[in-house]
Amino acid sequence: MARENILHKVRTALGRSAGAPPGEAPPPVRLRIPEVEMESRIATMLMRIEALAGKTARTCDPLSYVAEAIAGKTAVASNAFYLEQIGVTGLPGVRSGITDRAELRSICATADVGITSADYVLADTGTLVMIASPQEARLISLLPPAHIAVVPKERILTGLDELFTAVPRPAEITSSMVLITGPSRTADIEQILVRGVHGPGLITVVVVG
Amino acid sequence: MSTEFPQTFPQTFQQKIHSTLADANLQLAIYTATGRLKDKRTENVASDVLPDYQELRSHANAIKKHTIENLDFYLEEFERNVEAHGGKVVYCKDGSDVADFVLGLAKEKGSRLIVKSKSMTTEEVDLNERVEHHGLEAVETDLGEYILQLAHEKPYHIVAPALHKTRYDVAEIFTRELRIPEETQPEKQTLIARGVLREKFLAADIGISGANFLVSDSGAVVIVENEGNARLTTSAPKIHIAVAGIEKVIPRAQDLATFLKLLARSATGQLLSVYTSFLSGPRRPGEVDGPDEFYVVLLDNGRTKLLPDRSKRQSLYCIRCGACLNTCPVYRKIGGHSFPWVYSGPIGAIITPQFMGVSHEPELPFASSLCGACGEVCPVKIDIPKILLELRSDVKKTETREKQNRLEKLGFKIFAWMMTHPRMFEFAGRMAAAMAPAHDGKWIRSVPAPMSIGPVKAWLSQRDLPASPAKSFREMWRQR
Repeated sequence: MARENILHKVRTALGRSAGAPPGEAPPPVRLRIPEVEMESRIATMLMRIEALAGKTARTCDPLSYVAEAIAGKTAVASNAFYLEQIGVTGLPGVRSGITDRAELRSICATADVGITSADYVLADTGTLVMIASPQEARLISLLPPAHIAVVPKERILTGLDELFTAVPRPAEITSSMVLITGPSRTADIEQILVRGVHGPGLITVVVVG
Repeated sequence: MSTEFPQTFPQTFQQKIHSTLADANLQLAIYTATGRLKDKRTENVASDVLPDYQELRSHANAIKKHTIENLDFYLEEFERNVEAHGGKVVYCKDGSDVADFVLGLAKEKGSRLIVKSKSMTTEEVDLNERVEHHGLEAVETDLGEYILQLAHEKPYHIVAPALHKTRYDVAEIFTRELRIPEETQPEKQTLIARGVLREKFLAADIGISGANFLVSDSGAVVIVENEGNARLTTSAPKIHIAVAGIEKVIPRAQDLATFLKLLARSATGQLLSVYTSFLSGPRRPGEVDGPDEFYVVLLDNGRTKLLPDRSKRQSLYCIRCGACLNTCPVYRKIGGHSFPWVYSGPIGAIITPQFMGVSHEPELPFASSLCGACGEVCPVKIDIPKILLELRSDVKKTETREKQNRLEKLGFKIFAWMMTHPRMFEFAGRMAAAMAPAHDGKWIRSVPAPMSIGPVKAWLSQRDLPASPAKSFREMWRQR
C-alpha cells in the first residue's frame, strides 16, 4: 500500500504516467581511462598505499615474504586459486579451504592475520577491489587485525574508470564488491586519526612480478 | 531585504545559538574540525590534483537531475533488480512504517539485538528510540555515533557526528555508561569501543545500514565509510536491512565512477573512503559468508513533497557529504545542535523546512548570510542560496502575522520617504546619533526603551549597527 501511495505521489508530482520510460536517455556514462604504463601504475599504487600508512612489497617470491610476515602468528587464508598456486595456503599456521560460514567466522574472529588475493588494484587511489565469491569470503579482510593481500601485477588498473569498464555491472557476478583503500580508520574523537577501529589496522599489499 | 525584517527566531533556536557562541571550547572544536575538513577538501579538488573536478560536478548534477525527474521509473527498475538477486524492497511513508517493518521482522526471526552502521536516514526517523521502545537493543557501531548513543545525543555534523565531544567528554561517557576506569587517550578509547562492539557484531541477528547510493541497473546499495563497521554490519549478521531515502537512486553502476570521485573528496578530503561496499542481494550459492536475507527500505518521509517544484526539487540531489557545513560561516559559529533537526548547516536549512513544511520551521531559511559558499562547494551543484531565497519567500507567503506585515510595510514606506528627502535624512541621522549611543563607541547593540519595540527589537537582536559618526559627511562637506 505504501508502495503504490509513494509511487503515485512521485508520478503526480513529476507529471509522469505509470510504467513510462524516461523522457530522454540519462547523460552518457563518463569513463576515461588514461594510458599509463605498468611500471608507472605500480609506482603510483605503492606510493598511495604507503601514504595511507599501509605496507607494500614488490617481489617475485611472495611465498617467502608472506611466510616471514606471518611467522609465529595464526592466519586464515581465502580460497583464492592464486594463493594456493603460490603456496601460501600450505604455510604453517595458515588455515584455509573453509566453506562453512560459522567456522569461518570463529576462525577469523581469533586469527592474527587474514590473507587474501584481490580481483583488482586501483593504482591512482591505492585501492584493493575485493569481489566476494566462493574463493574470496568477506570476513577474512575484515575481522583479523592485519590483512595481507597478494596480487599479481597484471591485475593493477589505473583507477575507478577502468574498474567500471572492466566490471560494468558488479551485481551480475557477485553479491558484494568492496573497495579497500588503506587501513580501517576513524577520527571521531577530536579529529585524532586512529587506525584499526573495526577493520584491520594493518594492511599489506604484496605485488607479484 | 524587506522579507528579513520581522523575522524572530524562536526562543529555543536563539538560546541554543547564544549558548554555542558563549562556549569558547565548543567554538574552538567546531572551528578546528570544520576547518580541517574544509582545507583537506580544497586540497583534493584543486585543479592540479583533480583537473576535471568541475566537469565531474556538472556530470553528477546532470545524472541526479535526470534521475529525480524520472524517479518512479528508476525506483521500479531498482526494485525489480533487487528482487532478481533475491532481495526485497519495502516502501515506507514515514518512521513508524520503518519501525513496524523492523519490529515485525525481528519478531518473526526471534531477534533482539540489532547492530547499526551510520545512517542519517535512520536518525531522521528516530529508528533506535522506536525499536528500543519495544524492547529491542539497537547498537550504533560508528565510533562517533556510538559515543552519541551512550550520551543520548543527536549527531552534531553529517559526517563528523561527535565533533563537539572532547576526549574528556568521551572518558566521562565511557566511565558512566560502560562502568570502566577512566581512559582519556583517544587511541585507547577507540580500542575499548572496538572490543565492546566486536561482541555485538558477532552476536547480532540483524544489521541495519544506510545507503549512500541505490544503483538502479544493479539493485545494489552502495555504502561508503572509513571504520569498517558498515562492512561488519552488512556481512556478519544473517539479515541486512538498508534504509535509504527514495532520492538516493542513480541509474547505473558506472555512474559511481563519477560520484565516488566527488563524495569522499568533498566529505573528508580523501581520494576514496577506506571502504566502499557495493552490495546486491543476499549471499549467493557458494559464497562463504554474507547475509541470508537482504532488504532495502525506501523511505519517503516528506521527500515527495519536494518534487513538484522544479527548482526546489534539486535539494534531493544531496549526497550528504557535509562540505556545505564545513564552509558555512554560520554553521561554523552556531554549530549543529542549534538546528532543530538532524540535518544542520545550509543543507539542513533547505531540507528541514521542506520536509516539515515551512510554517513548521520558518526561521531556518533566514539562518544564512547568503554568502554563496555552500553552493560553490556542493559536489552536485545544488543552488542552495537560491533555494534559501525561495524558501524565505514561501515563509512570507504563509506568514499569518498580518499585523506585523502591515507595520513592516508602514515602516518601509517611512524609510523610503526619508531616504528620498535629503533634509529628512540628515535630520534622522542626527536624531539617531543622539538617541542610540553605541555601547563601546563602535557598535549599536540596542536602542533606548521607548524605541526598543517589536520589529526594531527583533531586528537588532540579530544584528549590530555601526555607531553614528560625530559628524556626518554632509557636515564635513559644508565645513570644507
